[in-house]
Amino acid sequence: MEHIYRSLVAIVGERGVSNRPEELWYYSRDPGVLEPHRPDFVVTPKTTEQVRDIVLLARKEKIPLVPMGNGMALTGLVIPLKGGIVLDMKRMNRILEVNEMGRYAVVEGGTSQGMLKAYLKDHHPRLRHSLPDAPPTTTIAANVSLHGQGRLTQQYGFNSDMVTGLEVVLPTGEVCLIGSPSLGPYWFSKGPTLPDLSGLFLGWLGTTGIITKVGLKLYPNKKFRDVELFVTDRVELVPSILYKLTHLEMLEDINVWFQPRPLLFKDNYHITLYFTGDTVEEVEFKRHMVWDALQEFMESKDGGFMALDYLKDTLLEMPQRGVAAFADVPRGGGFEYSGPITLIEHYPAYAAKVVELAHKYDVLYASSARLISGGHSMMFSISFAFNRADPAMMGRVKAALDEATAFALDMGGIPWKPNHFEQRLTLERLNPNTRELMRRIKMCLDPDGIMNPGNWEVNEYETSA
Amino acid sequence: MKRVHEIEHADIVHRCFRCGYCKFPEDYVDFNCPSYRAFGWDTYSPGGRMWLIRAWMNGELTTTPHLAEILYSCAACDNCKEQCVFPRFKDYLPEIFQEAKAEMVTEGLVPPKVRDYFKAVAVNGNPYKLPQAERGKWAQGLGLPVFSDQEYLFYVGCVGSYDEVGQKMARSVGKLLMDLGLSVGILGDREHCDGNEVRVMGETGLFTALAEENVIQFKALGVKKIVTLDPHALNTFRRDYPRFRGDFEVRHFSEVLADRLAEGEPVLKGWKVRVTFHDPCYLGRHNGIYDAPRRVLQAIPGLELIEMRRNRKNAFCCGGGGGNFFTDILGGGEDAPARVRLREALDTGAEILVVACPQCYKMLDDALKAEGKEEVMEVIDLAEAVRRAG
Repeated sequence: MEHIYRSLVAIVGERGVSNRPEELWYYSRDPGVLEPHRPDFVVTPKTTEQVRDIVLLARKEKIPLVPMGNGMALTGLVIPLKGGIVLDMKRMNRILEVNEMGRYAVVEGGTSQGMLKAYLKDHHPRLRHSLPDAPPTTTIAANVSLHGQGRLTQQYGFNSDMVTGLEVVLPTGEVCLIGSPSLGPYWFSKGPTLPDLSGLFLGWLGTTGIITKVGLKLYPNKKFRDVELFVTDRVELVPSILYKLTHLEMLEDINVWFQPRPLLFKDNYHITLYFTGDTVEEVEFKRHMVWDALQEFMESKDGGFMALDYLKDTLLEMPQRGVAAFADVPRGGGFEYSGPITLIEHYPAYAAKVVELAHKYDVLYASSARLISGGHSMMFSISFAFNRADPAMMGRVKAALDEATAFALDMGGIPWKPNHFEQRLTLERLNPNTRELMRRIKMCLDPDGIMNPGNWEVNEYETSA
Repeated sequence: MKRVHEIEHADIVHRCFRCGYCKFPEDYVDFNCPSYRAFGWDTYSPGGRMWLIRAWMNGELTTTPHLAEILYSCAACDNCKEQCVFPRFKDYLPEIFQEAKAEMVTEGLVPPKVRDYFKAVAVNGNPYKLPQAERGKWAQGLGLPVFSDQEYLFYVGCVGSYDEVGQKMARSVGKLLMDLGLSVGILGDREHCDGNEVRVMGETGLFTALAEENVIQFKALGVKKIVTLDPHALNTFRRDYPRFRGDFEVRHFSEVLADRLAEGEPVLKGWKVRVTFHDPCYLGRHNGIYDAPRRVLQAIPGLELIEMRRNRKNAFCCGGGGGNFFTDILGGGEDAPARVRLREALDTGAEILVVACPQCYKMLDDALKAEGKEEVMEVIDLAEAVRRAG
């Protein structure tokens, strides 16, 4: 291993590589409930060339590579399940270009969500990107590589749908451009009208390459932004409420949440509605349209708008700091969630399952669903908080999440950023020919099996096609 | 799990989620944790330290030179305390880091540079290993009286007493205080180290000795009010010395200047110049003094104050805090916090970078030279800005 260390030092310098106990301990885990596994090395590359050289070294030495953003997926996707080299990409954080007229940005693969937000505010205040509610240290490349979501997902789809081009270091060492940048200097399209090769990397959880640059769509940053909170205690009405709201085609974002604490939220389903406009009149018009759409639920006394005075700042915050704060509800520093993508009509069944699992495993729950693409689907988060100093509680949370994933699959849903156990569950149920297609792609791109092994292990399945 | 190492706040260390808000300023424009910005490893971030301290307490990690370097590279700037999203324990973050360092001191396993710092302060009374008799040399020729029954004790501190740049600032501030007619005296060669950095680096025994020695001396001399050159001294006098019955009215010189200028003294002719101001962590985040130095600058006719992108509670530390001014564990290079901060100052287009702390002064002045920008910008202290306007 010493010769690998020396080779890594030659690539990234002494300060850019570590095999010391402290870094190996820290980078062997994420904040979720999965067991840690030690890497052999951790590196912090600063350039695409360094990433390429690390990949070539890993290929030569047949040693695993695990690209990492901030490790906040919580589902162990950056835990080096088979050891190897963890690449902490956050030193590659330059914002390379913003095309104001083309409404896209090009950033390096470790650029954080927070930095892009601040940069746009300073230099391109008319533009914004689809900011997730994850902590601002999370990276744009990691977010799109796992089909993340953000504030504009309700309007425009998954954040991965907003990619306008990629630079990827393939597991065989080639630096490959995807989309319009492969033909010219512009980053406006990840695929069309070419074959959309971005699908070889998005959703693959770092098992097919390392994203070193991302082109990302930007959207108008409206002058005014406001929020309303509609509340009902009848979960069976939630799908129809959401259907009416999405029919308006007016809302920036729609989240549905319920939680038992604090008590004022217990037994109610809260639908947070965000809307924007360039004039006060536009905002007020949208507010009126929302109220009109939900009038029938108010008249039947099945729901109503909640006074927002003390909640408004919290709800309008981007990202919402309170999301991370959920980790300290049991005074324990942790939470994890399963976030299957499913149909709006399944909301009541999922909601019931959350409560059932929380009771069964004696854990604290919270749930927040986000609508995707105008209601074609939603991400339904099943979140459980835990006390990190209580291994038994962590075990119960893990069991609850495993059961939640099995339930989601039974319901025809798709696990979001699945951990290696959930990936296995998914692969077992996947159409065999689809699985075989995945296997062929994986074999073609990563013939040595060095990329984030332990994840999307399609090679373990017999060819059935 | 049985703990191998104990610290006072051991029961809350596991509550860090390592979400990383602590790395940033309020609006996320850049990394705002000096050691994380310098090293780039998550282990050097506040969340990283919290997780490593937990592993170390539990015996999963042992005390190593690298772990000690990680802990001692913390600049104690308090950005993490300001930005952490967990209100129920965020205030304890700096204390936890300090307690872990204190445990390392008890083990006798601190970095050599830290050990040398403690030894120098213990033996020589200052980290420069210079004679006590030279402590008052900075004031020679100024006419500042030795403290007897003046209204204020002007406390200078180790950097102001011994460091060349610090001495320059001490003379600048001391002279201005006299010119303003303030009733002020100094201790000269009877002044002792305030101990702020000794405490932050975890030598609680030495700190207690220094604090008690100072309190006894101040009381014996009849000191009621103190004006400090160094925000680090201000911090420990205000926040720690009351535990040793040191209840003095402590002000930073910028506060005194601001009040005097508000009263119309001195009458300033003006200075047509563009300046930017660097918030010292121990003045700003630690003690909430943001307005006083700005009031001083804004009282100067013709002076245009241009704020840096990160300012006030979001200011980026120069990297000198937590003892790093003396130990230099954060190291140099283009990612050194002082050079990052200096570049941010240059981005404002200002000709002058005004400082209000002798440690920041030295750090940023050195950074100016390292960046090769002496022709573009000058670093001066707040009192010097007033003098140039007079």
